[in-house]
Amino acid sequence: MSQWKNLSRGLIRENPVFVLLLGMCPTLGVTSTAINGMGMGLATLFVLLMSNIVVSLVKNVIPDKVRIPAFIVIIATFVTVVDLFMAGYLPGLHEQLGLFIPLIVVNCIVLGRAEAFASKNTFTSSLMDGLGMGLGFTLALTLLGSVREIFGSLSIFGYKFLEGDGVLVFILPPGAFLALGYLIAIMNRLKKA
Amino acid sequence: MAKKESTFFNMLMTLLVVTLVASTALAYVYEITKAPIESAKLAKKLAAIDQVVTGYDNNPVEDMYIIPAASGEDSLEVYPALKNGELEGVAIRSFSKNGYSGLIWVMVGIKPDGTLQDVVVIEHKETPGLGSKMSDPGFKGQFKGLNPSETTIEVKKDGGEIDAITAATISSRAFCDAIQLAVESYRKGGSL
Repeated sequence: MSQWKNLSRGLIRENPVFVLLLGMCPTLGVTSTAINGMGMGLATLFVLLMSNIVVSLVKNVIPDKVRIPAFIVIIATFVTVVDLFMAGYLPGLHEQLGLFIPLIVVNCIVLGRAEAFASKNTFTSSLMDGLGMGLGFTLALTLLGSVREIFGSLSIFGYKFLEGDGVLVFILPPGAFLALGYLIAIMNRLKKA
Repeated sequence: MAKKESTFFNMLMTLLVVTLVASTALAYVYEITKAPIESAKLAKKLAAIDQVVTGYDNNPVEDMYIIPAASGEDSLEVYPALKNGELEGVAIRSFSKNGYSGLIWVMVGIKPDGTLQDVVVIEHKETPGLGSKMSDPGFKGQFKGLNPSETTIEVKKDGGEIDAITAATISSRAFCDAIQLAVESYRKGGSL
């Protein structure tokens, strides 16, 4: 079951956020609510999946010396596609995520997977890898967003379960670092057990 | 299949083809998302106008005109709300540069007699949980029905009559500032 391995690798064992600590900029920047985290995660999932697929398909016709520029053009294309569609059909979310969507282009997970995995593996493996990494990223961001939203706004996915204001620091940037640190600690503890 | 060699011609052709395909694809996506993006922007604008002026039967976006801002070089967009040709009020898109971070954009509704109908924050980058509370009814409700020629629209610290948001005086000040800019510019525009 090697394909299952390719898929599951990104979920926990090599989770981009909790284990590889890649893509910290959107991770810390947009996860003030669970919805934002999930939106960002799904946008990245799409880009990661599509760029992995395309890179694995064209890997043999791209000369080695220009592979990075070619990969970046491919990635940037999919990011712009996501950006345009989001602006048209999900204007609210697009406004919240703002600059972070175009910044997926320079997200090291995307280029990292294209270079380290898709350019050396087959179409199916790359597809599974992109899907796994993307899902892992989405899960991590949603989890982090949920934690920050629960403590910071006393709500989850916009649904308020308690009246009041919550702990403000969780919504502010320091809260992102705090919550991420504790989540990584918990993940490490669980892995040891 | 053997890997292509990195000759000058190969590299040139590869990049040419890649960028060509990419730009064609993007042009196509741009075409299909153009209309939805436009209508999403328009809907947002209309929703803001709708909250600050009521009972109009014209299209305020079509009748929009521009007035110079009372201070500086900028200009403001004015959306008149008409009912059977009579002026019901105007929605003015105003801003303040004095916020805690970045510009604060508001839509200010002014009735023909000069009183404020309502204010909506369109866009801001203030601190979440502090400055962002200016969208809460507790704060911005204070402005409803105020007449700027009788009441000073400033926070109490500055001698006005507005209760500032706790721990967000700068944002509250900037909010007042944006409203004042709208009122003064509209006055100068000669119609108040």
